[in-house]
Amino acid sequence: MQDSGISVLFKGINFQRLLLGLWVTLRIALITIGISLALGLLFGLLMTRKNRFVRGFCRAWLEIVRFMPQLVLLYLAYFGFSRLFGWNLEGELSAVLVFSFWGIAEMGDLFRGALTSIPTHQRESAAALGLTKRQINRYVLLPQTVRRLLPQVINLATRMIKTTALVKMINVTEVLKVGQQIIGQHYREPSVAFWIYATVLLLYFMICWPISLLAAWMEKRSE
Amino acid sequence: MKHLVKGIALTLALVILLACTAAADGFRTLDEIQNSGKITIGLFHDKKPFGYVDENGEFQGYDVYLARRLAEDLGVKLDIVAVDAPNRIEFLQSFKVDVILANFTYTAERAEQVDFALPYMKVALGVVSPDSALITDVEQLKGKKLIVSKGTTAETYFEQNEPEVELVRYDSYTDAYLGLLDGRGDALSTDNTEVLAWAIENPGFSVGIDSLGNLDTINPAVSKGNETLLTWINEEIRKLGEENFFHQAYEATLRDTYGENADADALVVEGGQI
Repeated sequence: MQDSGISVLFKGINFQRLLLGLWVTLRIALITIGISLALGLLFGLLMTRKNRFVRGFCRAWLEIVRFMPQLVLLYLAYFGFSRLFGWNLEGELSAVLVFSFWGIAEMGDLFRGALTSIPTHQRESAAALGLTKRQINRYVLLPQTVRRLLPQVINLATRMIKTTALVKMINVTEVLKVGQQIIGQHYREPSVAFWIYATVLLLYFMICWPISLLAAWMEKRSE
Repeated sequence: MKHLVKGIALTLALVILLACTAAADGFRTLDEIQNSGKITIGLFHDKKPFGYVDENGEFQGYDVYLARRLAEDLGVKLDIVAVDAPNRIEFLQSFKVDVILANFTYTAERAEQVDFALPYMKVALGVVSPDSALITDVEQLKGKKLIVSKGTTAETYFEQNEPEVELVRYDSYTDAYLGLLDGRGDALSTDNTEVLAWAIENPGFSVGIDSLGNLDTINPAVSKGNETLLTWINEEIRKLGEENFFHQAYEATLRDTYGENADADALVVEGGQI
């Protein structure tokens, strides 16, 4: 029985199914991280505005994202929109919407934090040394902002990748759901669950680890 | 803080406004399903042998067998949505699926939220015991030890109806079965589907009583008020009963799990007649 668990991985097209599920996970994560980075920058800039209405709007968005569990938001987009407005969204589209809604606000807050955290004396000292505005931005402010931002952005990105596991609740067949299906088919062989979950763990690791390697490399380069 | 409250209030107001202006789509009638060329059915994806995905990525199982036939007889394509037990009602209420066929047990509480069609399967309690001292009648259990899992229908049934049976309670199914293997009781009772399948895997044990207590039925369900679809499914189930369809479904999907000697009539409901 010991080897039966691992052999299930290669039965039929099980392994391809897991990889296909992983691709669904990755696709949702990459699209949302891309949207979050682009629009999050804009959101961060908005947050530093003096206009009270704009700031109130941004704060409200951020707070909603922070105190609403992602699963609730997913249910709202997938089931709620259909019930309330008759918008019958596909599971994957709902997921991208919800994770972007989350990512834009969180990423924006990180940008805002990094932008405002550089002490003003940095800018003033650089100006006193005779650097132009462009030079100040390029050589003084930007490297410091990026260095402060990078670990947090990577942290958020990997958190988003891992949170995609929730989308199995709204009919998206991602890697974890495929894993459950395989376990469900072999429910009388307990060792199968161990091997399948171990494989899923490894697959998640294989995505998240390179990202953190990339971050370390970028951080080093920006020094 | 003031702005925060204002902002949230504004956002909520916007959502409510949107909710009022747009009307919900509602369920799809039989005609709409036929015109669209596909029926969307919610099935389990990890509950063998009722609804699961095999190693080739194909849906299989007793519920799936019926789903395929429904689509075929309607002359439309089958679009499968993989559902999980806790959100089965939600899928119907938000019109994400036309029918739920995910081994959905009829309860009065659920019937207030969805409409159930005629049953196609039934579940009752079963009692498994060692072949050496097989228990075939509840009378034989009096004064003996019966193993049950806490919180199951079996526990409630024996507490209320058979006070002379001594119950040995375990926290989990796994522990309960181990208890029986270790001889800590004379028999074990839980859902008949469970004990039948377990007895197959464990030589030396048999299910002496395969249908006891209150019958629960498994029925297809549609969105509340979807009369046209409900009527069609009921007629279809009656018609399928005439050709003994559900026994064929049992042979094709459940026979392997419950074994050669199991009686299909302990589970199968033909033509909606219990």
